[in-house]
Amino acid sequence: MNGAPRMPALTRAPAGEPPRAGDGTYDRRTAGTGPPDEGAAPGGTFPATGPALTHPAGVLATARIRAAHNGRATTVPLLHSDGPFHLRRLRSRGEWARVCVLGAMSAPLGGDRLALDITAGARARLEVTTAAATIALRGSTTDPATYDVRLTVDEDASLRWLPQPLISARGSTLHQTYRVELAGTSRLLLREEQLLGRTAEPPGHLSTRLTVRRDGRPILDQHTAYGAPAPAWDGPAVLGDHRATGQLLLVDPESGVPPEPVLLGDPTRGHCVLVPLADGPALLATAVAPSPDRLRSLLDAALAHASGAGT
Amino acid sequence: MSRTALLILADGRFPAGGHAHSGGMEAAVASGGVHDTASLEAFCRGRLHTAGLTAAGLAAAAATGYDALALDEAADTRTPAPTLRRVARRLGRQMMRAVRATWPCAGLDHLARHRPQGAHQPVVLGVAARAAGLTPLDAAHAAVYESVGGPATAAVRLLSLDPFDATGVLARLTDELDAVAGAAADAAERVAAEGVAVLPAASAPLLDITGEQHAAWTVRLFAS
Repeated sequence: MNGAPRMPALTRAPAGEPPRAGDGTYDRRTAGTGPPDEGAAPGGTFPATGPALTHPAGVLATARIRAAHNGRATTVPLLHSDGPFHLRRLRSRGEWARVCVLGAMSAPLGGDRLALDITAGARARLEVTTAAATIALRGSTTDPATYDVRLTVDEDASLRWLPQPLISARGSTLHQTYRVELAGTSRLLLREEQLLGRTAEPPGHLSTRLTVRRDGRPILDQHTAYGAPAPAWDGPAVLGDHRATGQLLLVDPESGVPPEPVLLGDPTRGHCVLVPLADGPALLATAVAPSPDRLRSLLDAALAHASGAGT
Repeated sequence: MSRTALLILADGRFPAGGHAHSGGMEAAVASGGVHDTASLEAFCRGRLHTAGLTAAGLAAAAATGYDALALDEAADTRTPAPTLRRVARRLGRQMMRAVRATWPCAGLDHLARHRPQGAHQPVVLGVAARAAGLTPLDAAHAAVYESVGGPATAAVRLLSLDPFDATGVLARLTDELDAVAGAAADAAERVAAEGVAVLPAASAPLLDITGEQHAAWTVRLFAS
């Protein structure tokens, strides 16, 4: 299953070597793919535990962020960097605590199993961004990579998850999941943008399952799959000629009556629809566009409409 | 189980109102996305593996006897576009009228009583399939066939395509229809133990976007 014997082992441990957690990641870190890690010693942030043995070619990493409200302001008592996720606190903006995810290495690559666990505790206001686009690359194996994002928002808390786009590069396979758990009084703004292939390149395979629960009840369950071998993903029912697609989910219990659907854009320059979900005070924008810029401007316009509906 | 019952249920002449809907084809033709046999095939293949798979999972799960009201909610969470929810419920109500007269049973009465405005059509289809003595896989077959049969027929009318070419498209897709129906039935087998989260939730951005655009048209040939 490991394709390494036929591939030049540029950044990973050779396939024949005993799998030691951290080896491949250390190599990737020193290969100049990201900023230097000023805090931890190389390897020190990686758990040298059993599960890595099952995926000798991949990185196993879970980064964690937890924000809490101390009665006066939002604090971030837990900021656990791991693997490719280097977490950094940014200056607060108003009552919002802010955290940025920096890419400490090239990831996800084939075989990687990455997770990002973000919790906004009761009454906290947390905004999480990423410093740069995330690029899914093939790496040294054709094994799929997984990237699981778990967002938990407790009572009266607000979370904004506003990462830069995810780029599916040729030859990569990435299975992404979003699991969102909301309380009845939680507020959420989630934006995800996907770019299929770098310039003039066919994409890898990118699948995303998005499940959102509110008070324990599912309010949204969606699965998308783009890039070969997904059937007809570039056909007129799925994406057509567009190679940028994205969604914006806004949950706000204080918003008023759900509005009528809002239509934005046109088939050539990209289009978008903003709709109320069936259950709960939730609005979802879905957009497809020929370019990342057009995608962002459609989602920005949808957010302006949605915010207008909420006030 | 009766093979003929499946033919009746899946027949385009079954009086369930499906002929008035194009499954997104009218919008796809208007935007230029579907203009010939090849693009018709790409559309049908894309719809089959997204909306078709999701519908088939719900239909197969309903045919196992699983809680139809829970499946109706699962259909709502898998249908973010309100127009498509409305269409699915309108089609469900029409199908309910037809199947309650054809295969009367307590399961259909129960669903009709709790969803007077109509349940999502695939759920009604699955409950009806069970009433007709069909298997979950049969229900999935009926759902996937409908997910491409409706758009193909609509394309013939919208584009004046040769009906033989459109039927050829369906014939070329039969292996994939079987595979998708099988995957849906496999998922439905697990629903009793693991809940509705195991059911497919495949979605297609353009079907959602153009579905809402189509509903805003003032003049249209098809209801959806």
